[in-house]
Amino acid sequence: MPTPTKGARLGGSPAHQRLMLANLATALFENGRITTTEAKARRLRPFAERLVTKAKRGDLHARRQVAAVIRNKAVVHELFTEIAPGYAGRAGGYVRITKIGPRKGDNAPMAVIEMVEPLAEQTVAEATAATKRAAKDRDENAAEKSTEAALDAAVAEVAELAEENQDEILAEAEADTAEIDAEAADSDTPAGDPSDEEPDTKK
Amino acid sequence: MAVPKRKMSRSNPRSRRSQWKANPVALTKCDRCGSAKLPHTACQTCGTYNKRAVLDV
Repeated sequence: MPTPTKGARLGGSPAHQRLMLANLATALFENGRITTTEAKARRLRPFAERLVTKAKRGDLHARRQVAAVIRNKAVVHELFTEIAPGYAGRAGGYVRITKIGPRKGDNAPMAVIEMVEPLAEQTVAEATAATKRAAKDRDENAAEKSTEAALDAAVAEVAELAEENQDEILAEAEADTAEIDAEAADSDTPAGDPSDEEPDTKK
Repeated sequence: MAVPKRKMSRSNPRSRRSQWKANPVALTKCDRCGSAKLPHTACQTCGTYNKRAVLDV
């Protein structure tokens, strides 16, 4: 159980605070992530987590207790059927608060309060984050991909050409061997006096 | 009603106010993009906190 809140009510009166927290919790369950002031986020977190715990219990009494706070029946249904089952393996800590710095206008410290990803979807979220990071370095990746594609295409062309020209290559090879034999026969005579040729190239 | 007995010299308030100073804001480096940011706060430049995307940039 979180410690009871100290100090003045949000908005001035207990009724105002109750309504504000109910509206904030409704918006949080509806959207998964909301941006608000840090003070409201800090008050909202134990409030919303208690509602999630009730939703995990899932019986009619728990549903009535949640419906007494959240007036939107669609949101109550979504909380019980979609949000709560995802947190079956998590013992508390369903909501995350991240500070995002002061607001322009009144310099109020702001925060993003969001539902923590269910354990099964955590890997998916990491994958999407990785793709986002990859998208930021898109230029490099695009260049690499184009070079890879070009390489693949070149390899395929070479393979096709090799198949087509196999006969020609064989014929050329035979011709080459014949030429080499002829050269070997020729090279016997100049190989005897290479000293005459070297000074000529130097000059 | 209590009132000041004497006029304050110009030097007196000025020397008092010479101690009004602004403190430098404590900043840390974002561990993802390296730009300066408030500690324990999401980076305004790349919108991440603890390598997790928080803001839409």
